[in-house]
Amino acid sequence: MDSKGASDPTSGKNRTTVERTSERELVVTRSFNAPARLVFAAWTKPELLMRWWAPKSFGVSFLSCEADVRAGGTYRFVFGHAASEQPMAFFGRYIEVTPHKRLVWTNDEDGKGGAVTTVTFEERGAETLVVLHDLYPSKEALDGAIASGSTGGFGETFEQLDELLVTTSTSLGRS
Amino acid sequence: MVQYTTARLDDSFAALSDATRRGVLEQLGRADASITELAEKFHMTLTGMKKHVGVLEQAGLVATEKVGRVRTCKLGPRRLAEETAWIEAYRQLWASRFDALDKVVEELKQKETVDGLKRSE
Repeated sequence: MDSKGASDPTSGKNRTTVERTSERELVVTRSFNAPARLVFAAWTKPELLMRWWAPKSFGVSFLSCEADVRAGGTYRFVFGHAASEQPMAFFGRYIEVTPHKRLVWTNDEDGKGGAVTTVTFEERGAETLVVLHDLYPSKEALDGAIASGSTGGFGETFEQLDELLVTTSTSLGRS
Repeated sequence: MVQYTTARLDDSFAALSDATRRGVLEQLGRADASITELAEKFHMTLTGMKKHVGVLEQAGLVATEKVGRVRTCKLGPRRLAEETAWIEAYRQLWASRFDALDKVVEELKQKETVDGLKRSE
């Protein structure tokens, strides 16, 4: 993880890294050029969250975004997609909310196999390092998510993501 | 291309339809092992384990290598390539989210600066 927090010289954007750190955990890291309280606000105010959680390139858009961001509060994100009549809902519960520092929530749309997501916000000078952990209940649950081809973002029914997977596999020289 | 993929999936599903073979994959996910070790672990004969490993190898899920008299088994190239591809797709998902988040945060920062200036006026 030598590239943690480094910026990508071609785009000027900070690099996002992902690592499978154990048989049931994935860790995503990214730095932001802003104080932790502002980055935290963008994760906890629904009207701000809606503006980045489903970027245009995904081909999906929010139909509704409810998030009661406090310990025990629930969230429910519903998305629509041009190629699918059925909206998709993602929902769960916030387990821990520590302002400007830490968020923990469950992902309940897949029943018991869902991951618990922990996000920490660590201020480093003018930057904030965001570390996101997806901890699955078992190795089988994470392997299952990988085998299904869904990246936990918008499910395998969404063609755009499928295309992304195909492109990625092809570029990695998969037969 | 489509047919080829279907054939591959058939092989994979056939290989994964058996509990012992799923157990073998799980075991190899932790560490490489010889056929003898796997046979002992799953209380099977060598011949029985060889058959299971053969099916997994056929499906590209397991790779084996014979050194001297010992055949060592490890996770196959397809399994690893799929995981690598999935992780890269997952990374791209978060990278595009975070690029969008950059813009939101930048706006908040500017708004705060403007509000701060107003307050100090």
